[in-house]
Amino acid sequence: MAPKPKFEIKLGAATREAFGRVLVELGRENKDIVVCDADLSKSTMTVYFSKEFPERFVSLGIAEANMTGLGAGLALAGKIPFVSSFSAFAMNKGFEQLRVCAAYPFVNLKVVGTHSGISIGEDGPSQMSIEEISLACSLPGFVVIAPADEAATKALVRAAAAHVGPVFIRTGRPKAPIVYGSDQKFEIGKAIELKEGRDVTIIANGLLVAQALLAADVLEGEGIAARVVDMHTAKPLDFDTIARAAAETRGIVVAEEHLVDGGLGVRVAQVVAETEPCPMEFVGIRNTYAESGQPDELMDKYGLVARDVAAAVRRVVARQS
Amino acid sequence: MPKSIEELKIIAKQIRRQIVEMIGAAKSGHPGGSLSAVEIVVELFFNRMRIDPKNPKWVDRDRFILSKGHAAPVLYAAMADAGYADTPVDQLNTLRKLGSVYQGHPDMRFIPSLEASTGSLGEGLSMALGMGFAARLDGRASRTYVMTGDGEVQEGQIWEAAMAGAFHKLDNVVAIVDYNRIQLDGFVSDIMEIAPLAEKWRAFGWHAIEIDGHDFAAIEKAFDEAEATKGKPTCIVAHTIKGKGVSFMENNPKFHGTAPTADEVKLALQELQ
Repeated sequence: MAPKPKFEIKLGAATREAFGRVLVELGRENKDIVVCDADLSKSTMTVYFSKEFPERFVSLGIAEANMTGLGAGLALAGKIPFVSSFSAFAMNKGFEQLRVCAAYPFVNLKVVGTHSGISIGEDGPSQMSIEEISLACSLPGFVVIAPADEAATKALVRAAAAHVGPVFIRTGRPKAPIVYGSDQKFEIGKAIELKEGRDVTIIANGLLVAQALLAADVLEGEGIAARVVDMHTAKPLDFDTIARAAAETRGIVVAEEHLVDGGLGVRVAQVVAETEPCPMEFVGIRNTYAESGQPDELMDKYGLVARDVAAAVRRVVARQS
Repeated sequence: MPKSIEELKIIAKQIRRQIVEMIGAAKSGHPGGSLSAVEIVVELFFNRMRIDPKNPKWVDRDRFILSKGHAAPVLYAAMADAGYADTPVDQLNTLRKLGSVYQGHPDMRFIPSLEASTGSLGEGLSMALGMGFAARLDGRASRTYVMTGDGEVQEGQIWEAAMAGAFHKLDNVVAIVDYNRIQLDGFVSDIMEIAPLAEKWRAFGWHAIEIDGHDFAAIEKAFDEAEATKGKPTCIVAHTIKGKGVSFMENNPKFHGTAPTADEVKLALQELQ
């Protein structure tokens, strides 16, 4: 049997760009799609929607709390509102409104954060959102999604629009490596196994999915068969896929561009603890804020590249007995 | 069918009695700010809003958000007396008890006919603007009314929303500030002054009207004026008396968030005969 081709980084559109594009398609298909913006449409890419549907584009200025509450009001009156800003602002400045106006009354509000993680680069920590998966997942009833690439973003934004209930989607600034073909199917809450493996499982989301695939190829050369899973939905978690990975591979690494505290890894660990406890390691940001720099430099410095994922896998393998 | 002022006064008195009884039975709650809001809420539910309590989700209905959610008893009593199926009159005195639809603050999970869940101050105006925006997009005549407290306008979000309401010319939204001059810790002017209030709304681009919030004729005239005002939203600054209708509660900060004792309930009900 010929060896499988190795994963190669080919950059596609940024996930925020994919969000902006699919939003226009949704706008054409459904007149109830309304978009709210807090003076960042040229960065969140809702600018495309604003040009085609100016009457359904609500400019609210730099006032995220009002934007989020107003979005909830649109939803309560039957619209499907998408409110968007940098993740750092959408989640932190709108959190109280997400809690009381969206989560608690279970309102059909869609929130899309862009410029997530440290890969925004030069703007630095005030703009870098590294807490929002933790915050969003703390809200009862919310669906929380972190897509890996362009195709995943387009499909999952569509799924979010079709889902009844509050949704948070995390997108990023830089061009994202292509993980999926255009024929891949996505379902909220259903993880995707990208690579088979029996020795250990790497669970990742967002930009770390591509890094996990790179790491798995390196590990294969060392005789370690790593399963790679894209856990694009952080809430609700794909409980069965995690439990099966724990039972079958007896070791799990979770990799994410987010604080380890309260992130995807902690949520996965809860499922592992409740089902098939096994050694786990976590790749993420540890109790610190990053700094200005180029995205690639930052991902390298803060330990979020394939090298770090592979090292975590080796630690898990060393702990397996 | 429009109601006469005499009829509205009778309903208002009944709702005041229900408020006192409910909060007395609950042994906790906010009587002062419920009593100050009675006339405005009565005018909205019994004379003003195009609503059909038998068909609460009628898409063209007018909407009311009680942004000062702690005054829930006035809203519950009005909705119960108006005949909504999910606000039974005979359960009003279960207020704040486990399993009651009458939660401490308005909760759509328990009363689906509510337009919003409120209780965290500063948020209702933003939601009202969203509803107004949606109605305009759909070409619906539906108007949205939202009542805030006076202390509530200390919240920054109110002024974010005030800017947005005027900018988007949402003339189908009416904000009413229940200006009873008392908040939890004391008099508003001692905690954080909000005066001059009507001028603030005007500076933010709203049509502002100041009225006696217990005078039905003035309330009706103000709502008519709001409906006739095009191109900008209206804010009605309603000067009211905290605890209105019960002598020992009137202008008494203690009754912002303290329930009357059983004896006080008796006294109050005598005054509200």
